[in-house]
Amino acid sequence: MKMLKKTIAFAAGPLLAWLACMPARAADEVVIGDIDDLSGVYADVGGQGGIDAINMAIADFGGSVLGRKIVLVSTDHQNKPDIGASKFREWADQRGLNMLLGGSNTGVSIAMSKVAGAKKVPFFAIGAAGASLTGADCTPYTIHYVYDTTALANGTASAIVKGGGKTWFFLTADYAFGTQLQEAATRVVTANGGKVLGAVRAPLGTTDFSSFLLQAQSSGAQVLGLANAGTDFVNSLKAANEFGIVKTMKPAALLAFIDDIHSVTLLTAQGLTLTTGWYWDANDRTRAFGKRYFAKTGKEPSMDQAGFYSATTQYLNAVKTVGSTDPDAIMAHLKKIRINDMFTDNGYVRADGNMIHSVYVMQVKTPAESKYPWDYYKVLKVLSGEEAFGSQPDPTCAFVKK
Amino acid sequence: MSGIPLPAVLGQLTLGLVNGSFYALLSLGLAVIFGLLGVVNFAHGAFYMLGAFAAYIGLQSFGLNYWWALLLAPLCVAVLGVIVERLLLRHLYALDPLYGLLLTFGIALIAEGVVRAGFGSSGYSYPVPEQLRGGVDLGFMVLPVYRGWVVGASLTVCALTWFVIERTRLGATLRAATENARLVQAFGIDVPLLKTCTYAGGVALAALAGVLAAPIVQVRPLMGSSLVIVVFAVVVVGGMGSIMGAIVSGIALGLVEGLTKVIYPEASNIVVFVVMAVVLIFRPAGLFGRE
Repeated sequence: MKMLKKTIAFAAGPLLAWLACMPARAADEVVIGDIDDLSGVYADVGGQGGIDAINMAIADFGGSVLGRKIVLVSTDHQNKPDIGASKFREWADQRGLNMLLGGSNTGVSIAMSKVAGAKKVPFFAIGAAGASLTGADCTPYTIHYVYDTTALANGTASAIVKGGGKTWFFLTADYAFGTQLQEAATRVVTANGGKVLGAVRAPLGTTDFSSFLLQAQSSGAQVLGLANAGTDFVNSLKAANEFGIVKTMKPAALLAFIDDIHSVTLLTAQGLTLTTGWYWDANDRTRAFGKRYFAKTGKEPSMDQAGFYSATTQYLNAVKTVGSTDPDAIMAHLKKIRINDMFTDNGYVRADGNMIHSVYVMQVKTPAESKYPWDYYKVLKVLSGEEAFGSQPDPTCAFVKK
Repeated sequence: MSGIPLPAVLGQLTLGLVNGSFYALLSLGLAVIFGLLGVVNFAHGAFYMLGAFAAYIGLQSFGLNYWWALLLAPLCVAVLGVIVERLLLRHLYALDPLYGLLLTFGIALIAEGVVRAGFGSSGYSYPVPEQLRGGVDLGFMVLPVYRGWVVGASLTVCALTWFVIERTRLGATLRAATENARLVQAFGIDVPLLKTCTYAGGVALAALAGVLAAPIVQVRPLMGSSLVIVVFAVVVVGGMGSIMGAIVSGIALGLVEGLTKVIYPEASNIVVFVVMAVVLIFRPAGLFGRE
C-alpha cells in the first residue's frame, strides 16, 4: 500500500508539470517570437530596437489578424546557439509559436533554422549574415532577410578592389559569421585581381584589438578588411584610428550599421566604404518609416530593425491573404509574391529562402558633408538584387530542385 | 626569427608592456593579500570590474572626471573591501585557505550578477581623458598617449607599494604580523585592524587597475573574470605572496605574451599557463618564492 502511494506521488509530479506546460489556447492567438541578442555585441543594431519595430508592425494590424490576437514573445539568446535553439523548440512545442524572427548571430541562426525545419515554423533570419542559411544550412521554412555574406562581399569588397585596393588583410570575428564573410570577400577580391596577404581571427566580444591590428599592419597590405560587426566593428575601427593604422591601411567595413557609425562618430568613420541593405534616408517611404521609428525610439532604425518591421508586416499580410497560419501555405505564398514596402521595391523570396532585393554601396560622409542628424551616407552604387545575392538559388541548398 | 619584421616585434613588445603593467598591478594586490592574510582572493577580478564601473557611474551620474575617478573609485571599493573583510572573511582565517577561496569566489559571482542585472552584459565605453588623447609615433608604431600613461602610472604604483612594504616601518610591522601574529600583537599592535587595512588596500589596487583599464577595454560586468585567471598564473609564477615576484613576473609575462603574438599568435592565450607549468616543475615555489 505504502509502495503504491509512493508510486502515485512519483507519477503525479511529471503529470502536473506536463499540465502546467499545456499549450496556451493557440488557436485564438497568432504567436510571433523574437530570439535575438538583447545584451551583447549585436544588441544595439537589433535587440530592443528590433522588438520595437515588430510592435510597430503589430500595431499597424490593430493587434490582431483573422480575428486572432497577435502575441509577441521575446528572449535573449546571449549569442549561444544552444539557448536560441532550445527556446525556439520550447515555444514551438508549448506556446503554439507561429513564426520566429531574429538571430543576429550566424551560429545561433543556423541552430535555430534546424529547429524551424524540424518544427515547421517559418523563421525570418534577420541580422545573421552567413549565406549558408540559404545554402548548406537551408530549410524550406527559412527566409533570410536584409543581407548575407555574399551580398556584403559583392558590395564592399568589389567596390574597393576596383578602386585600386588590391592587397588585403582580414580582421575576422572568430566564428561561423566571420569565416563565411572572409571567404566570400576573399572570392571577390581574388576574382577581381586582388590578393589576400593574411588574416587574423579575434574572438567575439574582444575589447582590445591593438595587437591584432599591429599584426595586420605588419602584413603591409593596403586594405584592412573588417570581417566583424556590432561593437567588435566599433572597437576595432576605434583602435585602428588610435594606433594610426588608418594612415597606412584603408579600412573596409564588410558589415557596418548606422548605429555603429553614430557611435564612432563621422570624425572617425568618414570615407569608409560599406554595404547596407537599407538606409533610412534613401527615399520618401524609408524616410517616413524613419520618422515614425525615431518618434518612438529616439534614433533612426538600423537596416536590421527596418527588416524586423518589414518581415513582420509581410508575414501578417500573408496570414491575412492565405487565411490561416498554415506554415506550408504561408511559405508557398511568400515565395510567390513581390515584396513592395518601406524596405524594398520588387523584392522576392528566392526558392532557397533568400530575400532578393537591391542593396547600397555607401561611403560615410565627412562631418562637413553631413547636413542634419543621422545624415551619414552617400550612395556610391546601387546593386540590383541579382548582382548582390546572385541570380540563381544556392546549389548547396538540398531541398531546391535542380 | 629571420622572417619576422623588427617593427612587428617591437610593436607587440610595447603592447605586451602595457598588458604586463595591468598584470603587475593586479597580481600585486593579490600577492599582498595572500602574503599577509593567507587568503586566495578570487574576488579580485570583481573588484577590478567594480573599480571600472565606479569610474563609469561617477562620470555618467555625478560628472566626476577621470582624475577624480582615479582617486575616488579605489576608495569606494576599499570601503567595500573593509565590509567584506570585517563581516565575512575574518571568520575564515583559522580555517583552511580553501574556505577563503570559496567565499571570495562566491562574492565575485554575486558582484558580477548584481552589476549584470543593473547594467546588462554589454559593455560601456569610457572616454579617454582629454589630456591623454592622441598618439606618439615611435617609428615602429604609433603608441596612444593613454597607454604610455598606463605603463607609467602602474609602474609607479607598483614601486611605491613595494617600497612601503619592504622598506618602511609600517611594512616591517605588516611582515612581522605575517610571520608571527601573536607575538606582534603582544607588542601592542592591532593585528586585526592591520589585516583589514591590508585587504582594503589590496582590493583598492584592483579598483585602480579597473579605472586605468576603463578607457582601453569596455566597462562590462565580466571584464574581470577573464583577466583574473591570467593574474593568478602570474602570482604563481612570481611566487605566492612575493611582492617583487608579482611585479616582475607580471611585466615579464606581458612581454612573453606579446612576443608569442608575433611568433605564433594562436598560442598567445595559453603561453602564460605554459610558463606557469614549466616554472612549477622546476621551481615549485615560483621564481621569487621562498621554499
